[in-house]
Amino acid sequence: MAVEVSLPYDKQYVTEYSNKHSEPEWMKELRLSALEKSETLPMAKPDKTNIEKWNFTDFNHDVEGEVIDSLDNLPSEIQDFLDQENQTENLLIQRNHTAAFTQLNKELEDKGVIFTDIHTALRDHADLVKEYYMTEGVAVDEHRLTALHAALMNSGVFVYVPKGVQIEQPLQVIFWQEDDRASLINHVLVVAEENSSVTYVENYISHNTEAQTSANIVTEVIAKDNAKVSFGAVDNFAHGTTVYSNRRGIAGRDARIEWALGQMNEGNTVSENITHLVGDNSEGDTKTVVVGRGDQKQNFTTNIRHFGKESDGYILQHGVMKDKSSAIFNGVGKIDHGATKSNAVQESRVLMLSKDARGDANPILLIDEDDVTAGHAASVGRVDPVQLYYMMSRGIPKKEAERLIIHGFLAPVVNQLPVEAVKNQLTQVIERKVY
Amino acid sequence: MAGSTLEIKDLHVEIEGQEILKGVNLTINGGEFHAVMGPNGTGKSTLASAIMGHPKYEVTQGEVLLDGENVLEMEVDERAQAGLFLAMQYPSEISGVTNSDFLRSAINSRREEGDEISLMKFIKEMDAKMDTLEIDKNMAQRYLNEGFSGGEKKRNEILQLMTIQPDIAILDEIDSGLDIDALKVVAKGINEMRDDAFGCLIITHYQRLLDYITPDKVHVMMQGRVVKSGGPELAKRLEEEGYDWIKEELGIEDETIGSK
Repeated sequence: MAVEVSLPYDKQYVTEYSNKHSEPEWMKELRLSALEKSETLPMAKPDKTNIEKWNFTDFNHDVEGEVIDSLDNLPSEIQDFLDQENQTENLLIQRNHTAAFTQLNKELEDKGVIFTDIHTALRDHADLVKEYYMTEGVAVDEHRLTALHAALMNSGVFVYVPKGVQIEQPLQVIFWQEDDRASLINHVLVVAEENSSVTYVENYISHNTEAQTSANIVTEVIAKDNAKVSFGAVDNFAHGTTVYSNRRGIAGRDARIEWALGQMNEGNTVSENITHLVGDNSEGDTKTVVVGRGDQKQNFTTNIRHFGKESDGYILQHGVMKDKSSAIFNGVGKIDHGATKSNAVQESRVLMLSKDARGDANPILLIDEDDVTAGHAASVGRVDPVQLYYMMSRGIPKKEAERLIIHGFLAPVVNQLPVEAVKNQLTQVIERKVY
Repeated sequence: MAGSTLEIKDLHVEIEGQEILKGVNLTINGGEFHAVMGPNGTGKSTLASAIMGHPKYEVTQGEVLLDGENVLEMEVDERAQAGLFLAMQYPSEISGVTNSDFLRSAINSRREEGDEISLMKFIKEMDAKMDTLEIDKNMAQRYLNEGFSGGEKKRNEILQLMTIQPDIAILDEIDSGLDIDALKVVAKGINEMRDDAFGCLIITHYQRLLDYITPDKVHVMMQGRVVKSGGPELAKRLEEEGYDWIKEELGIEDETIGSK
């Protein structure tokens, strides 16, 4: 039975919301047309996971957050995500739907780098945002969730790196859903102009174990010719938040987009990560680590689509499933006709730790060109009792042995994550989740 | 008497419903090296695995006492913490866990909380023992047994033995697949362990390991039992004459498990 979605938010609400934030006219129109589409478009259909009954509409849409005067005043569970020894100067903390703390290195600002919340960006850099906002990356009308996102987008970040600017220090954003019922309908837009490079790291954090809400996230990364974007994320929504996350990359000629995604949400999650290798000799590299526990259901689709010649796509995903959790891993490498000498490689591995846990890895190669190379590997298995026996026979208790095996299983991905801070955060979060 | 005592009493073991061990009795005291010999398929490795607690083996009768405590009632890790060690014939490969992290966890599991071995001391000890065993230093940072050759795995088992320093060790066919040079190195490591407190049970079906490690006692297994025990001279005679004379003496036609 399909649940009829009647949104508590109508045209009038959306218009008022847009006015309140002094949005440009085109944005208001985009929202209103998306709202209309959301009523008729079909629901997203992730392969092998039925999400018809998941909560994507019951939440608080507009919740302010207190401004943060000093990082020292942050609660420890947020500070955990800051790098105590080597904290980047470039930091934005979004608390509920408010940009509560924003800081950017002065030199970068002088070079024209933009690192600001989406509402400010829509006011101060409207033309730039307009050019890339749901134009090249994610389309409004892909399905009901993208339309809902466009209609009700209430927070997010805009990053713009001008031509030739190389940013050494990462840009870090913490999206903190402090309110139990607040919904992050978050839009992250990263535009890297020709010959530029940037490392962007984000964390989603909430603590609503009981209260139900939903997050609807669209991320668009545009890497122009010869630009390099390294995108790291540790998602850490609590059990009460149902998550739809769509991360999309568009790579131009000689461009490179690296995704390092620690998908550590505790609630039901649909994650779609698609990279379009449009330019010749472009490269996409996605590494995903997942730990599922409790009764959560998750679906991860990683898709790299080759249009450009000699484009390289690498997908590596490792997931550990505990308790009664289940997850589907779809890996898709698609090489279009004309993308000669392209290379699509993927590997998905799932380890199940209990008899009630479920994991499924589906490698898919769709190739419409002869002169290419491609490869895939996939495995789904349980912890080998003989491995446990071997480790325990050296005096290592079972729990510790399992911990070592899990870390060992995830290490090949974690160790390759391009950003040290993400690696450390992820190791910590994994440590918390495996016990 | 120095060291620990391992007593195996009337041990019966099944695997998937088939009885493999049919009443094994053996006592190993600290300071003693015992060799258990016998043709293939007579239950030697089953004895080793059952004592350590391999999940596939089911003990149906008898007991195994370490200083009077029944180890069969302990979890596998507790058996190790009590002082038992098994060098395995087929060590598991564990991806993502480095040899050195594994070894340190193992050493610390036998120590009290707060009394963990310091990293410096650990590295120093491990390095010294790797030198003895002529192990390439980069093996410390490789994943546990992953992609190791047969010989490397065997050396790694002995490296673990030497760093963990158990009271009683069982070595299950530690010589199989080793060339003569590797065999000498492994034997050197094992001989270094010899002292008044350390007891060792060496399982092999070749005499040649015993050219380098002299056992105090030699036992022959057939049909899931110890059928003959003696001193080092027994091993010598087996080397020269094989097992047939024992079979003849005891009226055994088929020495393997399935036979009556």
